[in-house]
Order: sequence, then structure tokens, then C-alpha cells
Amino acid sequence: MNRSAAWEPVCPVVRPGGGAVVTLAHGEGGLLSRRLIQERIVPALESINLDCTADAALLPVSDCRLAMTTDSFVVTPLFFPGGDIGSLAVYGTANDLAVAGARPRWLSLSLILEEGLELAVLDRVLASIATAARAAGVSILTGDTKVVPRGAVDQIFINTSGVGEILDPAPTGPATLQVGDVLLVSGPIAQHGIAVLEAREEFGFDPAPSSDCAPLWPCVAALYQAGIRPRAMRDATRGGVAAVLHEWGAASNRSLVIDESAVPVLPAIRAACELLGLDPLHIANEGTLVAALPAEQVEPALSLLSRLPAYARAAAIGRVESASDTSVAVRRALGRLQPLDEPLGAPLPRIC
Amino acid sequence: MCLGIPGRVIRWIDRDPTFATAEIEFDGLRRVCHLACATDANVGDFVIVHAGVAISRLDPQAAQRVFDELARLGDDEGWHVPGPERAEHEP
Amino acid sequence: MKYLDEYRDPVVASRLVRAILQRATRPWKIMEVCGGQTHNLLRHGIDTELAGVVELIHGPGCPVCVTAIEAIDFAQQLAAQPDVLVASFGDMLRVPGSRGSLLDVRAAGGNVRTVYSPVDAVELARRDPNRQVVFFAVGFETTAPATALAVLQAARLGLDNFSLIVAHVRVQPAMEAIMSSPGCNVNAFLAAGHVCTVIGYESYEEFVARYHVPVVVTGFEPVDLLSGILACVEQLEADEARVENCYGRSARPAGNTVAGEVVRQVYEICDRPWRGLGTIIAGGLRLKPQWARFDAASRFGGLPMEVIESDECHSGEVLAGRIKPSGCPSFGTRCTPEQPLGAPMVSSEGACAAYFRYALHRPVGATGS
Repeated sequence: MNRSAAWEPVCPVVRPGGGAVVTLAHGEGGLLSRRLIQERIVPALESINLDCTADAALLPVSDCRLAMTTDSFVVTPLFFPGGDIGSLAVYGTANDLAVAGARPRWLSLSLILEEGLELAVLDRVLASIATAARAAGVSILTGDTKVVPRGAVDQIFINTSGVGEILDPAPTGPATLQVGDVLLVSGPIAQHGIAVLEAREEFGFDPAPSSDCAPLWPCVAALYQAGIRPRAMRDATRGGVAAVLHEWGAASNRSLVIDESAVPVLPAIRAACELLGLDPLHIANEGTLVAALPAEQVEPALSLLSRLPAYARAAAIGRVESASDTSVAVRRALGRLQPLDEPLGAPLPRIC
Repeated sequence: MCLGIPGRVIRWIDRDPTFATAEIEFDGLRRVCHLACATDANVGDFVIVHAGVAISRLDPQAAQRVFDELARLGDDEGWHVPGPERAEHEP
Repeated sequence: MKYLDEYRDPVVASRLVRAILQRATRPWKIMEVCGGQTHNLLRHGIDTELAGVVELIHGPGCPVCVTAIEAIDFAQQLAAQPDVLVASFGDMLRVPGSRGSLLDVRAAGGNVRTVYSPVDAVELARRDPNRQVVFFAVGFETTAPATALAVLQAARLGLDNFSLIVAHVRVQPAMEAIMSSPGCNVNAFLAAGHVCTVIGYESYEEFVARYHVPVVVTGFEPVDLLSGILACVEQLEADEARVENCYGRSARPAGNTVAGEVVRQVYEICDRPWRGLGTIIAGGLRLKPQWARFDAASRFGGLPMEVIESDECHSGEVLAGRIKPSGCPSFGTRCTPEQPLGAPMVSSEGACAAYFRYALHRPVGATGS
């Protein structure tokens, strides 16, 4: 029998309403899967070293210690001003490495796609991932794609795991916070959470607030290059600055005290928070970090950051004090120190 | 019942008495709000907005009153009191 | 932000605090009946600043807290139906009903959505004629104009898929109930500035004459709250009892007449059960008969479910100002913001939640805890 001519099945599915879509068959590991990866995902990512014939990627590792992190991204809507699930998936993981004092280098990319997802949407997310990876200076070395039945996920879920090269010396961590250390933020807060909230709930704000979604490595690298050694850094994602402070308060057995008037907030973001009854300190950021520095390093740090456009509004917002009954406190209008509560769940707008 | 935020009327959209709408600006953030209860507001006036509805036109003289009264108290003590009319200049 | 930041000025606020401390010759008890005022008094530590001189009693001013549990249960029931979307202010989503909260219903697949304005819910209905949109209309008189406008808008658009769960409550009957309850020791009231913006404050003249308690219309920012408290103290020290307005930039004696007309066009006064307080005569608003088609209770049938309320919850006594939240045996132990037994503990709402966040952390022995 002549086996030279292979029989190629052709999937006849064309969805009503136009536009090719992801089908369960794309996730079955066969020809359609291979096509999806080779003809769509790989070209979109322009990845170096993305070898789909191997089950694992080999890391071109050097002598330094490595850090690893993982995170999953399920944001809705998928696209919002200033970012999307793709850029979020890259920067989120890269930033977790950066604030640990590790230069982000390599990412894995796991996609879980809902059956019926428009391929045009997938293309858009992939393009965004590629752009973000370039901006963050990371390579996507390996990945996985699964397709699940309609309703099992909301369009796309993404997991990225990242590996980075640890700077020397790495931050010693929140347990080492000293009385007198100064707390600093790298820019105006609450942009991401408000942007996503508006994109999802359509409160009618104009201009639509934009996320601060961006890589933080340039901030960390600049600080380190100038000899600044933060004791701890954290990107202030879900739960905002308040969540980070509470984590650090618990880890350090110290009191963290901030001055509300020192915290930078863009006027329009502040206005949105006032209208919705939300506290900017509780709202997520995706391109803004909190750092704890020895007091003598604050001036040089702020002076350096003020010369970088992305961090021109970095500011000292508070101090580490000795332990008290209140692990996190904020000085508000009367000048009193009031406890800053730990955020409970997603911020809910209020009228009352 | 509580959250009422002052914003500036920047553009009238619909002058219908019941379904009046206008674009209100809150420090650079704009939103179209319902102005049936503040149809006498002119462009440039401030309104208090609750749940997307203007519930009053803000009275600038009354806004100053608490500061004037405090200034009266403060004259004895020699401290200066800021207020809305003195705190900012119009853009 | 103009007309906001000036009223948060720390110098002005501290001058007002000093004036209050200097004026008072004996301790006074002042009640506010507005969740937003309670929230800000505690957020800025005004109660601690004035401790020993002015005791701030937190009245039942959180409309979210006093919304009847039956209304929440009804909203949950509707949200669980496949072709119904319940639109609500975010405040209501965490408040526990008999079987969890609206957020729990959403997690279980129910259709619940937050809106900023009730008129936005009308737009949701207009966009999707195949789905019923039900707006959960909570709030004091401040919010009634907004929900009334929503009804008028829905009528103008000829929508047959929009309705309200009407849960509006009225402040003054609650103040009456408090003043006439035995053991009430309130010396003066801060009247809710935005309620008075809508309905005015002339109606307090008779109340003030009858009970001989000052009523001062007060705003929400620290300078507003402190100037309202100072005005109460000055009246009390002079043994006066007048209606006074410290929120003149927004509230006028007759209120907002157009807003009043809009509300009167759509709503009428009714008795209403307040969660934790029982039925308050004339304590609520309901749709007038000609708007019955916009009443979710008529459209979807009555409120049949069995109400389950924890007997470990003493929110009624807290709401009436008889005990402080920390005086409730469940406070901070069986009842916390993460696991609220009653409405006042729901995060960012109510006296119990505010107390938990701002007062629980105080050193033992601090006044007012």
C-alpha cells in the first residue's frame, strides 16, 4: 500500500456570526492543536527557544541564584484601558520577580481557552503578550494550551510562571524592617483597580481611567544601580497598598504608619474613588511598588526616581515604627493616627 | 443617602425638566449626570451629585460661612483660616 | 477637589476641636443618624478627639443596615432566576440575608450587578429586552429622587422589563422612635445633610419644640461634622433648642422642591419594618398605585420565604443607640466583618463595622470603646 499520501482531516466547523473560533478539538493534542500552536501562538510570540517538540525547556542559566514565581490571571473584561489579560500575565509575574530582587528572564505560558473563544481575540491577547514580553525583557520558553467546554472558564485564563536571576544582595525581606525605615511608593496608586472596575461596570467615567500595568524591573534596577538597597519591596496588586502594609506589619512585628496626604493619587482617580466611596489605599495596582528603605537611602532614591519619567511621582509615604496595638495606621485630616483596615475582598462601590 | 460629591457643570446636554442631563466634571473626571433637581445650575456652577443625580446646586456664599465664622473666632487668636474662596484660583 | 478638600483642612478641624473642648462645661450626648457621618466620625477619630466632652451616639442612619431582611431575601430569590438580573448599589452586596448575601448568590451563579446610579439599571433593561432587570432601591430620602427618576425614565421608554424592590426608609420617624423610647438620653441631633438637602429641615421645627433637643443640619467632612457638633454644644450650653443649618452650601430650609415633587410623583409614605428595630410608622416609601407595574413585589409575587435572623445579633440595640457595638456580646468574636451576623457589621457599612475597624484597635481603657 502506498503510504506517501497522508489523509488529512479537515475540521468543517464554521461558527455562525462569522470569525473562526477555538473548538474543543484544538485542545486534543492532535493536528489542530499543533496547528494552533505552530501557526498561531508561536509566530505571535516570536519566541526564542520555544521548542514545541520537547516537553521541557532548557534554561541557559548562569552562576547566580534563581527565583521562581507563578501567578494566574482571570481578569474580566479581557481588555481595558492601559492593558489586558495578556500584558497583565507578563508584567504581573515579571514584577513579582523584580520586587523579590530578581531580574525577570524566562516565563512559561499556560493558556486555558474557552470553547467558542474567537480566534481574533486570542490573536489580540497573544500580540499583547509578545509586546509585554519584549518590554519586560523576558523570553517565553515553554507553554501549554488547553481548551475547555463552554462555561468552564470565562474566555481565557492564563498562568505564567517566571524565573529570574537574583541580585546580590537580595532584599532581606519584611521580617527585617527596622524602626525608622521609610516607606515609599513608586508612583500614583489605585489606577489599575479603578480602570478594571470602570471597564467592567461602565459607570460612565470620561476619560476612562487607565491601568498602570507596566514592568517594575526598571525601577528596581535603577535603585540597585545607584546603590540603594530596599529591605523589602512588593508590587501592590490586589488589596492595594493597604494589603502590602498589613503583610509587612504581620511579618515584621512592627507598626507601619503612613500619611494620607503624602500618598500620590492622580486627581481623576481620586475623584473616581470619592464618587464610588472607595479608599485608594485598598485598590489594586499593576505597575506600582511599595518599598521599605533605610532612612538615609530615601533622599537618593527619590532623587533618582524623580529623573525617570515612569517614576517621577514616587514619594515617601510613611515610616516603620515600633510595635503598637495598631499594626498599620494612617494619619488623616485631623492629624490623628487611625487604624488602616485590611481590605476584605473586592472593593465594592457605595452610596452611603 | 450620604455620598454626595461636588462637581462642576461643564456642558448642558438635555434641558428637559424631568430628563435633564449635563456633563459634570470632578477634578478632571467627567460623567453625564441627571440634573432634573438642579435645572437652575449654569455652566461653571457646582452641584452635589449622589448616585448620578444632582441633588442641589452648591451655594458658594454658604460654603464660605464656616470659615468666616472661624475667622471671627480666630481674629482673637491671630490665626489665618483658609476657605473655598481663598483656597484655590479658578483654572 | 474643590468644595471637598477645604472641609478636610487639618488646621481648621483642630481649631474647631479646640472650640468645642473650650465651650463645653459638661459632657453632652449627640446622635448622628447617617451612616456616612458615622463612618467619617470614626474614620477621622473625631469621637476620640472629643472623648469625655461629647459622646457621639451612632443612630440607625445606615439605610443598608436597616433594610428589612425580607427585602434582601427577595432580591436573592430573583437573582437566582435565569432571566432576571438584579442591579444594586455595591453597599448591599455583602449584607447577610437569611441565606447568605447577594455576593454569595452571585458566586453560586446568580445574576447580580453593581450600578452607580439607578438610571443605569434602566439602561441595562433597555439594552436587553429579553431579560428582567430589578433594581434594589435602598436608601433614605436622599436616594429616592434618583430611583424615582429611574421609574419615570423606564415609563418614558415604555419598558416592560424594569422594576424596583422598594426599600426606601425615612429618617425623621426613626428619630421620633428613638426620642420616644424609654431610656433615651440623646441631648442633640446632627441631621443628615443630604437627606435635608432633598427634603429640607423645616419639618424639624415641631420635633425640636416637642422634645427640646437641638437639631443641626450637618455635612460629612471633618470640618462639617465638627462645626455641626460645635453648633449643638453652643445651643446646649445656652439651653437652647433650635433647628440650625451648618450645611448651607447644600441644604436649604424647604429642601430641593423639584426633587420633592419627583419623589411625591412616584412614591407615597408607608409603614416599614426596619431591620433590628421593628416596624417604624411612616418609616418608609412605597410606589404609588399608578406605578405598580414597576414594583418587583407585584411583578414577581410576594415575599414568601422564611426569614432567618441570628439571635446572637443585637443590631437593634446598636441601631437605636442603646449599646455601643463593643457592648454586644458577639462583637469581634462571633460577629466580624468577614462573618457578619447582622447588617451593621458589613464591611464599610454600619456602626459595628466602623467600630471594628477604627475602635477595636484602640488600647484598652480608651474612652468610648
